Amino acid sequence: MEKSLARYIWSNTYPQQVWILLVVAASMVPYFLAFDLPKRIVNGPIQGQGFEDPDATQHFMAIAFDLPWLGHIEFFEGFPLGRVGTLMALSSVFLALVVLNGLFKFYINTYKGRLGERMLRRIRFSLVDRVLRFPPMHFKRVKSAEIATMIKDEVEPLGGFTGDAFVQPALLGGQALTALGFIILQNFWLGMIAAAIVALQALIIPRMRRRLLELGRQRQITARQLSGRVSEIVDGIHTIRGHDASNLERADIADRLGTIFFIRYDLYQWKFMVKFINNFLAQVTPFLFYAIGGYLALQGRLDIGQLIAVISAYKDLPGPLKELIDWDQARQDVQVKYAQVVEQFDVETLVGPHIQTLVTTPVERLSDALVVSNLVLSDDSGAPLINRLSLEIAPDETVAIVGRSNSGAEALAEAFGRILWPTSGHISIGGRDILDLPESVTGRRISFVSSETYFFHATLRDNLLYGLKHAPLKTIEYGGKHQRKYKRNLLEAQRSGNPALDLNSDWIDYRSAGASGPDDLLKVIRPVLDAVMISQDIFDLALRSQVDVMAHHALTDRIIEIRQAMRRRLRADNLEDIVAPFEAHAYNLQATVGENLLFGTMRQGMTGQALAAHRYFRKVMGETGVSAELYQMGLAIAENAVELFRDLPPDHPFFQQLTFMSADDIPAYEALLQKLQGTPFEEASASDRTSIIRLSFSYVEPRHRFGLLTEALMTRIVEAREAFYANIPADLAERIERHDAEQFTASVSLMDNVLFGRLSFQEVDTTERLRQTIRDLFEELGLADHVLSIGLDFDVGSQGRRLNAVQRQKLNLARALLKRSDYFIFNRPLSALDQRAQDRIVTNIVKDLHEEGHRPAIVWVLPNAQMGELFGRILVFDNGNLVESGSFDELSGKNGMFNQLLS
Amino acid sequence: MLLKDEVDMLRRVPLFCQIAPAKLKLLAFASERMTCREGQNLFRQGDIGDAAYVILSGTADVLVQSEAGEIRVAEVEKNSIVGEIAILCDTARTATVRASSRLEVLKISKENFLELMSDFPDMAVEIMRVLANRLNHTTNELTEARSHQQRVPS
Repeated sequence: MEKSLARYIWSNTYPQQVWILLVVAASMVPYFLAFDLPKRIVNGPIQGQGFEDPDATQHFMAIAFDLPWLGHIEFFEGFPLGRVGTLMALSSVFLALVVLNGLFKFYINTYKGRLGERMLRRIRFSLVDRVLRFPPMHFKRVKSAEIATMIKDEVEPLGGFTGDAFVQPALLGGQALTALGFIILQNFWLGMIAAAIVALQALIIPRMRRRLLELGRQRQITARQLSGRVSEIVDGIHTIRGHDASNLERADIADRLGTIFFIRYDLYQWKFMVKFINNFLAQVTPFLFYAIGGYLALQGRLDIGQLIAVISAYKDLPGPLKELIDWDQARQDVQVKYAQVVEQFDVETLVGPHIQTLVTTPVERLSDALVVSNLVLSDDSGAPLINRLSLEIAPDETVAIVGRSNSGAEALAEAFGRILWPTSGHISIGGRDILDLPESVTGRRISFVSSETYFFHATLRDNLLYGLKHAPLKTIEYGGKHQRKYKRNLLEAQRSGNPALDLNSDWIDYRSAGASGPDDLLKVIRPVLDAVMISQDIFDLALRSQVDVMAHHALTDRIIEIRQAMRRRLRADNLEDIVAPFEAHAYNLQATVGENLLFGTMRQGMTGQALAAHRYFRKVMGETGVSAELYQMGLAIAENAVELFRDLPPDHPFFQQLTFMSADDIPAYEALLQKLQGTPFEEASASDRTSIIRLSFSYVEPRHRFGLLTEALMTRIVEAREAFYANIPADLAERIERHDAEQFTASVSLMDNVLFGRLSFQEVDTTERLRQTIRDLFEELGLADHVLSIGLDFDVGSQGRRLNAVQRQKLNLARALLKRSDYFIFNRPLSALDQRAQDRIVTNIVKDLHEEGHRPAIVWVLPNAQMGELFGRILVFDNGNLVESGSFDELSGKNGMFNQLLS
Repeated sequence: MLLKDEVDMLRRVPLFCQIAPAKLKLLAFASERMTCREGQNLFRQGDIGDAAYVILSGTADVLVQSEAGEIRVAEVEKNSIVGEIAILCDTARTATVRASSRLEVLKISKENFLELMSDFPDMAVEIMRVLANRLNHTTNELTEARSHQQRVPS
């Protein structure tokens, strides 16, 4: 990258810089005209110069020049105007000039701003572009948060500076020089004094700023390191807490913040020191004018008019000068920042841009063998991992690689995956080194999967299909407003050197996955998910998640049928009583009192507290008399709870069962009970009532078993529920989704929707059985694919952390299998799974991949030698050397390394 | 069934007869009442044990997996406690308990159970007695099996 910021800016923006310089120059004309005009207004029409005779007229807007040699040339004679007319005309011109100056300023500032933003966009993009092309070993040395800080924060001031980079010094320098020149014209020696002081400023200030720049650089580096450390704390939080090392981290952060404090404080002091000296020097000049100029005037060597002219001309000098010095500071500051960033991104062995060129057409199959010749691999410290290896893997071969850990087997797989670059020798296909092949070939036709997984913060579907998104495959036809917006975006992207790739296009390469389009994609995904044995997990995710009714209406529209089928199944399995269904006119014993009252679910943003405080809800509760009854119930619950738990220490495990209050609430309720003894409902204060009634809401008779729920009360509660829904105001109606046997409830999980009731607390081991029943049910109704699709909507969280390690490794494998490559390199991809599960998945994959039409090569680094039986050839590695090679039968017959590994 | 009826039931369980009714009520409240259908497993051998169960009504078979298949080693009935070994020794379940008729049980979680033992030494002694009885029973059976084995080859 270009080391000098000024050159970088100039080479990318010189046409715009020249244009803006010209515009600035042009803007000077009305600017100075506006200066001159007031004098003419005052002297002319107001004071009457040239209007001595009341009827005198002046020619307004006469255009005439006295040119040397050519004499007087008159282009336009002008309008003859009287005194008032001239006054009005000149004032109007003044107004016009004000507007014009404003417009110039507006145009120049917007133009500069846009220039800066484009520059920022360009530099940020090119930095990210470089990150995408860093060699693999570079990622071992950099911290992601530091790179992010550099791209986001550290280059930001560059944008602001770009617009001013050339215009500002030209403009301000011009102004300062004019002012200085004017002073010199008035009086040579006083002018020389002013020039000397300016020269002093120009000499001293930058020197003092050197220290400032150094401090600025330190500030930048320490701040960047701080953000690196903070991200390490976030990423390593379990390690920190697991080892009780949080205080070491506190000490480290405090120490860093201390360093940053002193750097910043130092910076602050220096900055104001420089400011002070700068101001002082600026003020010294008038002192010299007064003292020396005054002395000369007293002696009669200088006339007073000149002195006043010099002093008033000097007014215009410090302003531009100060700004010029500020600009210079900004320039140096930005230059340091830029150099800092460039240094971090200047990596020698960057992957060439041609390796990552966009390819929208299908890439041909690889029909040549994968050839390893004289390959030497070593780790970061230089220790050898593979010694001079040569071998060949045919395009339809299945190869197992086995060996103890550190045998070199994994290193070889990583070299196939281009994660480890050879120290010498190479791996090639059809005579071309795989590192020189474009990624459109190596990333599509060769798949590498290791035990390390990475998932982006998006849905499961997005992550699963990530391996198919190589290029925008459809040109989207935008219409009307969208088209204009798209064109504008495109043009702007080009102006900042960004690529014109449409993110909204369909990036999924359906054909390479064996599908014809979005509609039959699930058909190819399903077998892959089955092969890696994750379908059931995804199914369970679907059951636990809320369903997007718009996207999955094919399923949600059939909810009545699904619920009926579920009832039938439960009846057939004699499991009917494990679910207590919601019925509009009956009390559900397995649900809480609150749930029975509400008989629905609250949508997002609605809380129980908000409902309890709602005027309509309170009114219904009061009118139906339920409030009073629940108050009595709450009192009884409080009495029971206080009696049971009064003597227990607050950390006693029994408190876990006490769902409606916490251990800390017991003394408060004990006091409240005493206070309310004998107080009827009507006389209790509103807040006391609330805290008592609250208890009754979470009461479930079969669970808490205090015997408080009578038939009469249940009827009352159901009546109150009906009264509540009878005249429900719109604001509540839209925030509560009432249980409806014929409607899909969007605000609860799919499982709850299917059950449409509460699970009985009392049954042993019910959920697992129910899940199995529901799975069978969806299969029977032909909705299994829809459920899978709902599961694929699951948000995997940051780095996929909402999935467990086993699920992540399975998905990682599935993602590669979807690509249908010609070479599959598996580097112990399932290390988190137990042996049996690994064996089953390896068997599934090796068999499935070769059942289909095309036979890809499979290279699998196996965790145990026994599974080698499934493969055509086995390579045994030991200590970086290939020690045995042959079929399972050959090798197991010999008394060699493989036999040792087998036992 | 209400809490106070449950307390009456618990008082009839030998393990709890020494404990004051107020504490039993607390225990009943803090524990889950569950049912288990005939033929269903209360827990399975090899599972991780997180609770002990007091059988309030019904009967269950204690089954152990062996090379010869499932062997029924005992039957448990009303008022007995099962599943305590796994939580006392922190091991996996040593046997499967399957309901032979509809079971009503009280599920006492591991923490609650251990807390109870330290609160009521009488209960610990009672548990020891139950375990000693079982050991005695097992030893007798083992002796019988060994002598049977020695007799066969001779």
